Amino acid sequence: MLVSILHRVTGAGLSIVGLAVLTWWLTALAGGNDAYAGFAKAAGHPIGIIVLVGLTWAFFQHLFSGIRHLVMDSGAGFELRTNKRFAILTLVGSILLTIALWVYLLEYRP
Amino acid sequence: MSLGESATPLGKVRGLGSAREGGEHWLTERVTSIALLLLGVWLIASLLFLPGLDQRTVLEWLHAPSGAIPMALLIIIGFKHALDGMKVVVDDYVHEPANNFALNTLLLFLAVGGGAIALFALARVAFGTIA
Repeated sequence: MLVSILHRVTGAGLSIVGLAVLTWWLTALAGGNDAYAGFAKAAGHPIGIIVLVGLTWAFFQHLFSGIRHLVMDSGAGFELRTNKRFAILTLVGSILLTIALWVYLLEYRP
Repeated sequence: MSLGESATPLGKVRGLGSAREGGEHWLTERVTSIALLLLGVWLIASLLFLPGLDQRTVLEWLHAPSGAIPMALLIIIGFKHALDGMKVVVDDYVHEPANNFALNTLLLFLAVGGGAIALFALARVAFGTIA
């Protein structure tokens, strides 16, 4: 139930915020030094980082719950215990990957 | 039974399956999702393994075909998948026909417009010269 709702919420978030950030990034890249500096400043601001961390989590959560839906489309994984385990796995997986990625980005990336 | 149809011929006669384009839409959503799985992982891996995220490095990455082609696909398929997904949400919650049509049309314009802006920016990077 929760994971199914999260699939919608993260999908809407990626559609609206995610694609807006991607488009902003690409137009800033094409727009010259000042435009890119403006984007980089916003992306490096604490609020910008929170948005980007949120998008990273939304991507992984949507990816994993999407895979779960593809498996269920095939008619598999409906047994209650299996279904619940898979749902919890998507939550744990998306949070762990998001933490790992951002710890690397903020602490270890050259 | 053509690609994307959700009912067998017998099922159609009996009135089962989608009456309109639902089967095609359903399948498109899933096919684009698999493409985006690959392209999304490509984007994150690229951002992690690029030597930096400064403008020069990113420009050189997306100027080369190895960066520009997957990014073009990511833009086109990403906006298409977003549009298909948001349509499901709108159709689920907005039942009044005029509001449903208005919202779906707005989404279509946003997706096509946004996709065009992103693609045009990418084209400037891919085909331009890096100073």
